[in-house]
Amino acid sequence: MSGVFTGAVRPGAWVFLFIFLAALLVAPFLANDYVLTILILILYFAYVGQAWNIMMGFAGQLSLGHAIYVGLGAYTTAALYVHYGVGPWIGLIAGMAIAVACGALIGFLAFRFGVSGVYFAILTIAFAEFARIGFDHFGWVGASGGYFLPVAQYSHNDVWNLRGKPIMFYYLMLALSMAAFAICALLLRSRMGYFWQAIREDEEAARSLGIDTFRYKMYAVTISAGMTSVAGMFFAFYYNNLFPEQVFHISRSIELILGPIIGGIGTLFGPIVGAVLLTGLAEGLREIMDYFGYDAPGAKQVFYGVCLLVVVLLVPNGVWPPLARALRLTGGERRKTGEGHAGRETGEGRDR
Amino acid sequence: MMLRVEGLDVFYGDAQALDGVALDVPEGSIVAIIGANGAGKTSLIRTIGGMIRPRRGRILYRGEDIAGWPSHRVCDLGIGQVAEGRQIFPTLSVAENLEMGALLARARALRNRNRERVLALFPILAERARQAAGTLSGGEQQMLAIARCLMGAPDLVMFDEPSLGLAPAIVQDVLATIAELNRDGLTCVLVEQNVAVSLRLAARAYVLENGRVTLSGTGGELLADDRVRKAYLGL
Repeated sequence: MSGVFTGAVRPGAWVFLFIFLAALLVAPFLANDYVLTILILILYFAYVGQAWNIMMGFAGQLSLGHAIYVGLGAYTTAALYVHYGVGPWIGLIAGMAIAVACGALIGFLAFRFGVSGVYFAILTIAFAEFARIGFDHFGWVGASGGYFLPVAQYSHNDVWNLRGKPIMFYYLMLALSMAAFAICALLLRSRMGYFWQAIREDEEAARSLGIDTFRYKMYAVTISAGMTSVAGMFFAFYYNNLFPEQVFHISRSIELILGPIIGGIGTLFGPIVGAVLLTGLAEGLREIMDYFGYDAPGAKQVFYGVCLLVVVLLVPNGVWPPLARALRLTGGERRKTGEGHAGRETGEGRDR
Repeated sequence: MMLRVEGLDVFYGDAQALDGVALDVPEGSIVAIIGANGAGKTSLIRTIGGMIRPRRGRILYRGEDIAGWPSHRVCDLGIGQVAEGRQIFPTLSVAENLEMGALLARARALRNRNRERVLALFPILAERARQAAGTLSGGEQQMLAIARCLMGAPDLVMFDEPSLGLAPAIVQDVLATIAELNRDGLTCVLVEQNVAVSLRLAARAYVLENGRVTLSGTGGELLADDRVRKAYLGL
């Protein structure tokens, strides 16, 4: 495929990426504990945002219940660790398998019986709610009373068992986010990535070209579910406590898709930019309010709402595409949203 | 016979769209299907293409019954379709749209040769290669839809209303292109509102009414037929 292909990252972008990465690598040595927790949070949202973006941004399948995959990964690794002493990385194999099976079940039910669009989104919410209510009564993992991992002061960082200081979790999430970026970049330019984009743009046309849409939508759901479950492992071992009401709650599902929506659905950098903006600014806002002595518990939610409004009104394709153009970073990582915007923004594709 | 359809029944729920439709498509020919809106023309093409499952009947392609096969398997046999309404991928570039047509196993090896071929056929697409497909004019989008289908190296292409919504001058271009492709050996099934032109191009033609084939013959025979002249040519 020749240079006609768009979406290629320009050399300038690689320099930018390199500086960004270098900054992230040294950040823990410059940041205090508080800033470090925020950076960890940003990386967490960057990771799950990228995982969700595979399904929605690449393949056009809207999931509003991604908390279920986080929760399944979290509970499985935590339960295996607490009950049987199985290390999280081994437990993750089981956690991923369960999350992938769950994604496959949702996908099969939906795609086999032609459930799509809004109805598919409702189905994903329903499954997350089933899980929430189910785990509320699942005594083996503490039911609604919560599930706790043993907490102790650790003198050294044990990566194998994920017991250690925040800095270890920071580098874990940094590695995971970078891996997710690499996986997304490879997937997007793969044959499967093109099949996904065809399905996202016009599923009927994709079928008429001979794309096995059922199969490729199943791949999108299961890959996304599997990747998301890894974030669950982090969640369990970083926070050391799991409550069904929090882990599976729909607000968790919504929270993790705000980053990619604000950053730019379907773009490679969008979920990362979105996570930085949203989490970074929300925490910054709290700092400022603290400084002036205000204490408003709902301020973060209001701020999220305002961000979403501003983005929907001013940059409906997310912050990243116009930002990238302004910085002249990409050769043309254009808008990759659904067909809904297609007619409205003709000319967008001629950005080079 | 390259494609033979026998006793095809298609239902949407309780509503019957096709009722015992039979059809023959000889290799290398253009076969026209004419009929009013809702007569079942699109249903017929979509059923042959594997987009809809028939309830009864056989679809024989080179002797093999492919009725009920999913569309990706039908495409892999070399049956392409250019759907009604120019279903291109609007935010992808023209070049990407073309590559999408050649992602199937049967077409990948022939990709470069086919790209040269379709760009020679539609030079405007080469000029617009980097442009988002949604920014093309209606006629250019139709050309892209046809070109994308040809990238899949089909032996048989079913065109559903290729001239719908196009300016008269462009309609002639599109239909001339189909005739040219046919001269190069492509077998075509043509559903076209432009009845006079399509009957002139067609070796065989079928009239669909309420899901049934009510009349068939050579294009010339149907052009001369009183009922056709009255109902479809307004003469």
